[in-house]
Amino acid sequence: MRTLIYAFLMSLMSLTSGQILAASGGVHLDSVNIDLADKASLQRGAKTFVNYCLSCHSASFMRYNRMGEDLGLSDAQVKENLMFASDKIGDTMTIAMNADDAEKWFGVTPPDLSVISRARGTEWLYTYLRNFYLDDEKIMGTNNTVFKDVGMPHVLWQQQGYLALDAETHHLSPATQGELSTHDYDVMTRDLVNFLAYIGEPSKIQRLALGKWVLLYLFLFFLVAYPMKKAFWKDIH
Amino acid sequence: MFASLMGWVDARFPATKMWEEHLSKYYAPKNFNFWYFFGSLAMLVLVLQIVTGIFLTMNYKPDAALAFASVEYIMRDVEWGWLIRYLHSTGASAFFVVIYLHMFRGLLYGSYKQPRELVWIFGMMLYMALMAEAFMGYLLPWGQMSFWGAQVIINLFGSIPFIGEEISLWIRGDFVVADATLNRFFAFHVIAVPLVILGLVVAHIIALHEVGSNNPDGVEIKKTKDKNGIPLDGIPFHPYYSVKDIVGVSVFLFIFALVLFYAPEMDGWFLEKDNFIPADAMKTPEHIVPLWYFTPFYAILRAVPSVAGSAFAGVAAMGAAQVFLFLLPWLDRSPVKSIRYRGPYFRWALSLFVISFVFLGYLGTQPSADTTFLINNTTLARLFTIIYFAFFVLMPWYTSIDKDKPVPTRVTMK
Repeated sequence: MRTLIYAFLMSLMSLTSGQILAASGGVHLDSVNIDLADKASLQRGAKTFVNYCLSCHSASFMRYNRMGEDLGLSDAQVKENLMFASDKIGDTMTIAMNADDAEKWFGVTPPDLSVISRARGTEWLYTYLRNFYLDDEKIMGTNNTVFKDVGMPHVLWQQQGYLALDAETHHLSPATQGELSTHDYDVMTRDLVNFLAYIGEPSKIQRLALGKWVLLYLFLFFLVAYPMKKAFWKDIH
Repeated sequence: MFASLMGWVDARFPATKMWEEHLSKYYAPKNFNFWYFFGSLAMLVLVLQIVTGIFLTMNYKPDAALAFASVEYIMRDVEWGWLIRYLHSTGASAFFVVIYLHMFRGLLYGSYKQPRELVWIFGMMLYMALMAEAFMGYLLPWGQMSFWGAQVIINLFGSIPFIGEEISLWIRGDFVVADATLNRFFAFHVIAVPLVILGLVVAHIIALHEVGSNNPDGVEIKKTKDKNGIPLDGIPFHPYYSVKDIVGVSVFLFIFALVLFYAPEMDGWFLEKDNFIPADAMKTPEHIVPLWYFTPFYAILRAVPSVAGSAFAGVAAMGAAQVFLFLLPWLDRSPVKSIRYRGPYFRWALSLFVISFVFLGYLGTQPSADTTFLINNTTLARLFTIIYFAFFVLMPWYTSIDKDKPVPTRVTMK
């Protein structure tokens, strides 16, 4: 009997250790440090986001004032530094570009980025942003190792510079010099991905904060419930 | 004061009578073990799903153009919306965990056997209804997996000879999964199927309380009664099992909260990554995978080779996999209920069945062309499908020749 239960539980365990999605298509993904408590990183990421992403990509489920609250910024600070696409603090991060026009220009409508971190995963985003390379066959002049034939150009080329792909070794190496060192560019993209992780699920901050209290309550509940059961059952043999 | 009030009520409605019949004077065997927590936990999760479902319905929009955004609206702008939504999505998976363990208990201790055949049948109908409920509910977030999962499953009906295409068109209400499909699935998910489930739960419990609960020894406690007609091995459900089940509830909720607060996606097992991409009829995801609780049957479906270019054989096998569960009370010829007193054949058969079910569940999530333990997934799925069916088909034979042990007349407390 016990071995049966054991075998059953073990086979259940083996299930949960599996992985459903190999989202990268076989390309190695770099790990990235996601920390929603790192407000400075989130603020820098927000700045990069509104300056470089939020003209083609929307984040139409994310409200400016909610972002300000969670990132430790006042409404005035948000308005002054982060709001170029709208002037109402309660607005969501929408863009002026029309979806049909975008499809004409890029071949595909740039996706809304509200929950992109939950669909793609943060490691994928971090690798994607750092792996554009020069490709003459593409209209935009660049391609990407984790997203083959992507319609998006290398928007952060000024910061990173361009990379070239060695056809034989499949390694990327700098072809032109960017404004930032490799390390600084990694920091910039990490901050951006951290921010994308935040807008993917702003309530995660509350979720993690509330979780421990719920668990504590349930533990205390158990400490009452178990002796109560013992007391009721003391005469049952 | 209270007594006279209850007297007034009891003269008009059998409140006290029902309380006594189902709780304070319902005599349950005193030797319930770990496996007996899952019935009451299933009730708890059902209530949780209904309550959270009501609150989700207040903000969800069953409209192909609005559905995806309304879920994110719930996650961000609705007060405690994220908690309600995660309670519901985690609750769906928890429901199946609890139900599968509850059903496994039935197999372990022969709870489906005479005189509890109808308890089992109602339970199986509940399981069917629950699968329908989960399937239709999963369309509602209107993500890529919602859309393509529904598309694949509804297309299965298309493989039925002659009338299949018309049937799947009739189910969808459109040529592809679309707004019409979303709207009707919403109606089924929030009212039609829940009504069926609630009715079946009542039937399941009334049937159980009519014949009395089985127990880990598979001994009928009603055979040994004291002079007042109370089973010697029975104890009133309330307070004994109500206080015991509360302990189970606290442990269950602790694990539930761990998942809800710290891993609500369960690494793609409870909320799939692709479902954070809005449904798009023009883009087929690379791997279309149903949620984990359907994957054993999905693996059986894929394991059966197509006959004359039609997947109908696979669909039929998937249906048969469920039908055989219904027939269990009549396939089992052993006079012994509990695994404790069963012979080696049944023990082996049940172990192999559980292993094949779990592996089929795993294989259902994997691309069928891949390999697991160096063996092609399709080959493995076929092997486990054969074991799955052999458990049922051979059951009349191996249970009738098994070397069962003598069953005690009274329950044991081990």
